[in-house]
Amino acid sequence: MLSLSELWFLLIAVLFVGFFFLEGFDFGVGMSTAMIGKTDRERRTLINSIGPFWDGNEVWLITAGGAMFAAFPHWYATLFSGFYLPLVVVLLALIGRGVAFEFRSKMRHERWRKTWDIIIVVSSALLPFLFGVVFATLMKGLPIDAQMQLRPGFLDIVNPYTVVGGLSVTLLCLVHGLLFASLRTVGDLRERALNMAKKLMLPLAAILVIYAVMTYFMTDVFAVRGWALWIMVVLGAASLGLAAYFVRQKREAWAFGMTGAVIAIAFASVFIGLFPRVMVSSMGSAFDLTVYNASSGAYSLKVMTIVACTLLPFVLGYQIWSYYIFRKRLNDQHHLEY
Amino acid sequence: MDPIMLSRIQYALTTIFHFFFVPLSIGLVLLVAIMETLYVVKGKEVYKTMAKFWGKLFLINFAVGVVTGIFQEFQFGMNWSEYSRFVGDVFGAPLAIEALLAFFMESTFIGLWIFGWDRLSKKVHLACIWLVFIGTFLSALWILAANSFMQHPVGFEINNGRAEMNDFFALITNGQLLVEFPHTIFGALMTGAFVVTGISAYKLMKKQDVEIFRKSFNIAIIIGLVSSLGVAFSGHFQAQYLVETQPMKMAASEGTWTTTEDPAPWTVVAFVDPDKQENSGEIKIPGLLSYLSYSKFSGSVKGMKELQAEYEQTYGPGDYIPPVRTTFWSFRIMIAAGGLMILLAIYGTFLAMRRKLEGAGKWFMRLMVFAISLPFIANTSGWIMTEVGRQPWTVFGYMTTEAGVSPYVSAGQILFSTIAFTVTYAILGAVMVYLFVREIKAGPYAVEKPEEHDESADPFGVDGGYSVVTK
Repeated sequence: MLSLSELWFLLIAVLFVGFFFLEGFDFGVGMSTAMIGKTDRERRTLINSIGPFWDGNEVWLITAGGAMFAAFPHWYATLFSGFYLPLVVVLLALIGRGVAFEFRSKMRHERWRKTWDIIIVVSSALLPFLFGVVFATLMKGLPIDAQMQLRPGFLDIVNPYTVVGGLSVTLLCLVHGLLFASLRTVGDLRERALNMAKKLMLPLAAILVIYAVMTYFMTDVFAVRGWALWIMVVLGAASLGLAAYFVRQKREAWAFGMTGAVIAIAFASVFIGLFPRVMVSSMGSAFDLTVYNASSGAYSLKVMTIVACTLLPFVLGYQIWSYYIFRKRLNDQHHLEY
Repeated sequence: MDPIMLSRIQYALTTIFHFFFVPLSIGLVLLVAIMETLYVVKGKEVYKTMAKFWGKLFLINFAVGVVTGIFQEFQFGMNWSEYSRFVGDVFGAPLAIEALLAFFMESTFIGLWIFGWDRLSKKVHLACIWLVFIGTFLSALWILAANSFMQHPVGFEINNGRAEMNDFFALITNGQLLVEFPHTIFGALMTGAFVVTGISAYKLMKKQDVEIFRKSFNIAIIIGLVSSLGVAFSGHFQAQYLVETQPMKMAASEGTWTTTEDPAPWTVVAFVDPDKQENSGEIKIPGLLSYLSYSKFSGSVKGMKELQAEYEQTYGPGDYIPPVRTTFWSFRIMIAAGGLMILLAIYGTFLAMRRKLEGAGKWFMRLMVFAISLPFIANTSGWIMTEVGRQPWTVFGYMTTEAGVSPYVSAGQILFSTIAFTVTYAILGAVMVYLFVREIKAGPYAVEKPEEHDESADPFGVDGGYSVVTK
């Protein structure tokens, strides 16, 4: 049986996987506005394709943060205070991106639009990169001391392994987003999105292989989890292969599903590799934060479990409903909400 | 500068800024929902135009509220990690529930509302905006449940040096929450109401789109009247609860150094001198403080010096007197702004009921435009009184603010982030005000114009090229 703290680890993992699957594509669409959106109207079409969703997608992150705070206060405190400066950048990017979607359309001046468009592109690329870096450091380990305090040096956060991790996530989100864009548009825009996704498949596969190999040598997750992670690697590779196949067949719905699967498998692997640790200490395994020593009390977890189990079906229900409402493709005949 | 002071400054700046937008969002979304309801019930296009116009202002404001709110959640871990470790068990739960119950709802249904005008039936579309309102309302409820715990900790026990929840029901029926929530919600509704009446008054003075702004004024002024009275009454109960649970905050808000005579007079203004621990130049109303504290004209109120001695007995040596001048004056500013709003709302409602709005004196309309600032002043000073008045505690009686700070985040890092956020927020604020003014100047009928024509959309086609083509 799962203990409650294990269950909450699983829930937080699900929230992060959900976040990267969902916000992953809107990050990708955000980046793609610079690559495939040639006119203002095309860029607007791309933004409209994620318009009804991106805010809800972001709530997955906010909920993951809130759940960490409530279920694993030490994890939340150690991680957030330890990653102070990267998080400042993450927050500034989230702030800029959020208002850019709302502000860009409010004036027709070219420079005004261009400024917000740049903010959308830069923040949409920066965010997955930084998240990739942070998750890579979680696997690699950080200098956490006996008081559960984390004082990382620059090289603890920025090193070849984490940079490759960041680039992998960014590229993965970009391809995922291009496929989403191709799903929700028609004509030229759809063609361009598919072509770009096709071109990026090989670089994506290359960097994911490099990252997997680095993970094998630079972290202990394969040693700790063994066959479970190998299964994930095989599944991930198969999904990626299928994504490439479906892109060639121009079946973007299937291809999108497959890149989504790659994202889900990649982040699920992170949590499988970590468990039962939530943060690995490079100063000795005695200092690891685990689901057991970082969690809240049993009562609190029980209350939260009841609340979450009651609410989640509704949340999933109306989120799926909103995707259903906006399932149709946007074409250039459409009235666009600015 | 030391990290504690910087973290405090950062917390104050970011929270105050965030709280400019939150009450306005709550207040505006209710008004938009009412207008759209009138549209659906009465079927008159004018109400749809109204809902869309105010909805546009709401969306600009909502965006800033949301993005600045993300930082609010993260900064507990970033700047106040020891606080987070100590209370995460209790304080984190309402935050997580807020996200699950309220944020998902707001964000999903706001998306459906913005992009769903053509795709949802009228009633479903209307339901979306009401769900957004309920979302903002629930969000306020849960965040205030968390805040109330800091003011008046209940439903927990201390285990291994951490606060652990042992009674969730106590947490959500916290007496503090029961007085704080209505006060804050009424304040939020009042904010929306005064922004809408103020803008409407401006447009009525200019005689632009008179029908729309007269209707908007009439709807908003009623909300303004109800909520401003609600604020006053709920504030009264909150003050009484304060006397019971946080007497030091009450004494500081009153500038009461020594225990008062019986009945206690209310100090209107005074020069507060925290160094000498005395006031000069006081103007007092006899008996009023007794009434505010106990609903009767008798009973004395304890002074800070006595309370300091009591607190030293209970909590050990230390300075338990909050910054008195700040607390004292923020309380008075809040009350003055609130009182002025009640008067304006009463007179405005009177004019609206008598259908004399357009004949109203220019002075009144000008005053209503100026009054846009009042709810923001009242909200801000109210929170300053609440949060500064609680010092030195962050969790009253259990953890001081100093003890809650992140131990290894350097002053340089906090300084950097404070500057970064201040600059970003200043830009956001300026852009928002600019966009607000633009939208107001453009007026409600600018909303309906299609944004622009693309060569590929045939302007001579059906619907001018904007027909919805499904594939």
